[in-house]
Amino acid sequence: MAIIEAQEITKIYRLGDVDVNALGGVSLTIGKGEFVAVMGPSGSGKSTFMNILGCLDQPTDGKYFLEHMNVGDLDRDELAGIRNKKIGFVFQGFNLLPRTSALENVELPMLYDGMPARERREHAADALKSVGLEGRENHHPNQLSGGQQQRVAIARALVNHAPIILADEPTGNLDTRTSAEIMEIFVKLNAESNITVILVTHEADIAAYSRRIIRFLDGHVISDMRQEQS
Amino acid sequence: MINLPSTLRISFRALRVNKTRSALTMLGVIIGVGAVIIMLAVGTGASRQIAEQISSMGSNLLIILPGATTAGGVRMGSGTQPSLTTGDAEAVRKECPAVRDVAPILSGVAQIVYGHENWSTGVVGTTPGMLRVRDWSLSAGRPFTEQDVKSAVKVCLLGKTVSENLFGYMDPLGRMIRIKKVPFMVIGVLAAKGQTPTGQDQDDTVYVPVTTAQKKLFGTTFPGMVRIIMVKAKNREDLPAAEKQINELLRQRHRIGPKQENDFTVRNLTQMMETAEQSAKVMTLLLGAIASVSLLVGGIGIMNIMLVSVTERTREIGIRMAVGAKTWDIRMQFMVEAIILSFIGGVAGVMIGISGSKILSMLAGWPTVISPLAIILAFGFSGLVGVFFGFYPAYKASLLDPIDALRYE
Repeated sequence: MAIIEAQEITKIYRLGDVDVNALGGVSLTIGKGEFVAVMGPSGSGKSTFMNILGCLDQPTDGKYFLEHMNVGDLDRDELAGIRNKKIGFVFQGFNLLPRTSALENVELPMLYDGMPARERREHAADALKSVGLEGRENHHPNQLSGGQQQRVAIARALVNHAPIILADEPTGNLDTRTSAEIMEIFVKLNAESNITVILVTHEADIAAYSRRIIRFLDGHVISDMRQEQS
Repeated sequence: MINLPSTLRISFRALRVNKTRSALTMLGVIIGVGAVIIMLAVGTGASRQIAEQISSMGSNLLIILPGATTAGGVRMGSGTQPSLTTGDAEAVRKECPAVRDVAPILSGVAQIVYGHENWSTGVVGTTPGMLRVRDWSLSAGRPFTEQDVKSAVKVCLLGKTVSENLFGYMDPLGRMIRIKKVPFMVIGVLAAKGQTPTGQDQDDTVYVPVTTAQKKLFGTTFPGMVRIIMVKAKNREDLPAAEKQINELLRQRHRIGPKQENDFTVRNLTQMMETAEQSAKVMTLLLGAIASVSLLVGGIGIMNIMLVSVTERTREIGIRMAVGAKTWDIRMQFMVEAIILSFIGGVAGVMIGISGSKILSMLAGWPTVISPLAIILAFGFSGLVGVFFGFYPAYKASLLDPIDALRYE
């Protein structure tokens, strides 16, 4: 069953007088529970595509269906609602709120879902536990290692039970060993909770964790291969 | 949507992170609110002092002064030609319908002696009408009567200052004092009235029947002469009518021809005082308006800081939007921060305003009155300033594009 369906998505940026064709008509279907790696050199349009999938950005043209819902019909606040409930983001730079405890960072999506504080705290603590950060609830991001910060970000991404996790180079700032640990979490989430994981990466060994590799070049998909998870 | 307690918590944390900046921003509001309260307190104090003087002077008051003499073309000052009599006073009371009461006054300065104590003070010969004209009351004893005036009895009423100087804490009632060596019996003490607008102590006076003053204390150029006549009109609205009636009656009584000038003057004291009170009120408004400008400047300070804060926290806004913050969630967060700043600033400003007013009246001796209205006004205004100047930065923050905000360095 397709959870994500992109039809002829184009994205044109205006930089001064020049139009930059970031995406030139990308059509893709991703099914529920897939583990997809998106690869390609810088400027190939993979990040733009991810931002559109994450409802952070809108395509210039083309249609995007998320769980059969046409995202193009939604307004600003409805898109915020989609990001809140359907999508969990994990960024290369972690994007945690500074001077805010791990627990409160994880609480954020529930906060904007209007959940009462007590429930929020319980769910956030559970999510931190599931990524192996029990006992670090009150640490601030600057008191945590890169790997630990990324775990907090993953806990935040899954705390609202989003069916999709979008990870934009989640291991880009981490060493090899920590990268492997983080990837294991994604594999586990994908296998055990049937969460659709889509990640952008430059590195072949990170892409190897996935079962499908989509390659971008100059705003087009140049290859789409399924593989055995290693 | 995010709930209010959580919004408050987030906002308080954001303000705590930049303690110095938050405090300085508040300072603008604190000074503004404090200034508004102090200025209104000074202004209200001044106009209340004037109002109190009006009420101690007596309301709806006219004063009839004798005219000026002209000696060989040189005009002397008002009152130099005695022309008023107790008869005039009596006629004004009986024949002018707009007049409620009159008090003829013949006054002078005299040495008063009781036992070993002596005191120089003003002695006022008048009628029982005096107390009614000036809305005065006695703190002890009884007033003198029409009968006392008719018979020129040697009785007197003491002002509080005189009583204290001659008798200390003794009860003066029934005791004999000597005014210009003439013995008088004290039959009453007047309630304290404070000072006149020109700083005279209104309690430093002795009151005796006008006839007694004429016959025993002060010489008169002609029988029944008095220095001035105080007149109380029935109502505020009757003041002009009373003035007109008195003019007509006295011209007739003094046999002044149609082309001759009056040998007396009628003055409207209440009107003069009311003008003074009015101008004090205008001054209060003016001071308040000037102080409000500083409150406005404080508000602009809040806006400035909030705009900086929005720019600085663009990335934070992006993160919040990425995890599902809606337009109003972001808007509320920054609005609430601005309102908290102005609210705390307002509370501190009210406290500084109140203590500042107290210190000012202590050091400078100005009467200050802190009205609850001024506090509510200043406080409400500071709240409005928070909402008004907080809105634009909050609005700006809420319209950021999530992807731009996330990428912001």
